[in-house]
Amino acid sequence: MSTNRTKASEEQLIYANILNWGMWMGLALLTITFIIYMSGILPGFVEVKELPKYWGLSSAEFRLALHSPIGWGWLKVVGKGDYLNFIGIAFLAGLTIVCYAAIIPTLKRKKDTAYLVISVLEILVLVLAASGFLKAGH
Amino acid sequence: MFKRHARVIISVLIILLLVIIVGAAIASSGASAENPVSPVPGSSLPWWAWPAILFVVTFILGILAVLGGVGGGVLFVPIVGGFFPFHLDFVRGAGLLVALAGALAAGPGLLKRNLASLRLAIPVALIASAAAIVGAMIGLALPTNIIQILLGSTIIFIVVIMASAKKSDFPNVPQPDALSQSLGIMGIYREESLGKDVEWQIHKTAKGLMLFVVIGVMAGMFGLGAGWANVPVLNLLMGAPLKISVATSKFLLSITDTSAAWVYINSGAVLPMIVAPSIIGIMLGSMVGVKILAKAKPKAIKWMVIGILLLAGVRALLKGLGI
Repeated sequence: MSTNRTKASEEQLIYANILNWGMWMGLALLTITFIIYMSGILPGFVEVKELPKYWGLSSAEFRLALHSPIGWGWLKVVGKGDYLNFIGIAFLAGLTIVCYAAIIPTLKRKKDTAYLVISVLEILVLVLAASGFLKAGH
Repeated sequence: MFKRHARVIISVLIILLLVIIVGAAIASSGASAENPVSPVPGSSLPWWAWPAILFVVTFILGILAVLGGVGGGVLFVPIVGGFFPFHLDFVRGAGLLVALAGALAAGPGLLKRNLASLRLAIPVALIASAAAIVGAMIGLALPTNIIQILLGSTIIFIVVIMASAKKSDFPNVPQPDALSQSLGIMGIYREESLGKDVEWQIHKTAKGLMLFVVIGVMAGMFGLGAGWANVPVLNLLMGAPLKISVATSKFLLSITDTSAAWVYINSGAVLPMIVAPSIIGIMLGSMVGVKILAKAKPKAIKWMVIGILLLAGVRALLKGLGI
């Protein structure tokens, strides 16, 4: 049984609640978009039955063969069944940024300067990673 | 009673996982000549069977990953990379997202139970996530076999350290260091298996944070989660109790892997047909894993970590050596 001594901090509970909400939202988005993709309601950038011919290629070969988008280029083809899934993927990958942003006011109110600075820096690092400026490949 | 049931459930899951892996290996071992209808090179199975098997495998991996304090990615990449017909680029991209999803699913429960410590995770995460970006960019540029050999060797080394450690369930930390004291990194949690509250603090914080630079780079480079290295550093070096280390490590992956995953997403190394069934499977599995973790004994978790890491390490090494 949890007691006051063992209870999580205020910011930890805020973080957990948003993570919980976002995780379910992301899972729902991913499931729905994947069902749409598999059902064939929307045309695929690559049709599902054709995909096995390409999933053994490297990502570089895949891009060359199909002229598939990189970075945030998937937004331009989000109407295609396969790239529709990137809504859920991007949502899940972006969730941590939202969680950090949510605990900032609590850390500020508590005058927890060290953790406030670290949290702001973390947001900047994650935004840089998500920006699409950093790409790599063979 | 619950612990006995948990052991039985875990044993059944491990057996089921092995059966599926062996089945997939047989199916992909050049049986295509007998079934020319299959569009998947080197496989006798129809295309849709692979995402379906992937879903079942990742559900089981999700449960084991929470209990082992590792990202699903460290198990996912060698297993799926070795036995499924997908290119390793996409497997690595999916592996990071799988580890991320498993951590996201487990995170809320672990934070609310105060098993995962936000206080401990935040400074560590900043260093590890920044390093993971660098690692991801290096990893996507290096030859895959070199990465596999380095990864396998590293994991086996960690297994040896963990297996030979005499004390790790509740490490002795006589005096917290100045850095951890100034950051207020300490806590109390309810140890259900002992029926009492356990106070904890850490030491050697600066050394630990420096090691997380290496861990972050390696996590991004190998396209894996980082639980395999997080747990030993948090537990054996910094002195956090094993259960806190396992839970904080799991939560930490949701931050570290996010940064590396974005590099893979932005580099076109993510394929929804692999990612979606894997993420859904791992998230559902992780939720079941969290329920078991609160009641499980730290020692049982430790040995499960060792077994899982050994399997993943040997597999990666053999693959890198082309065996």
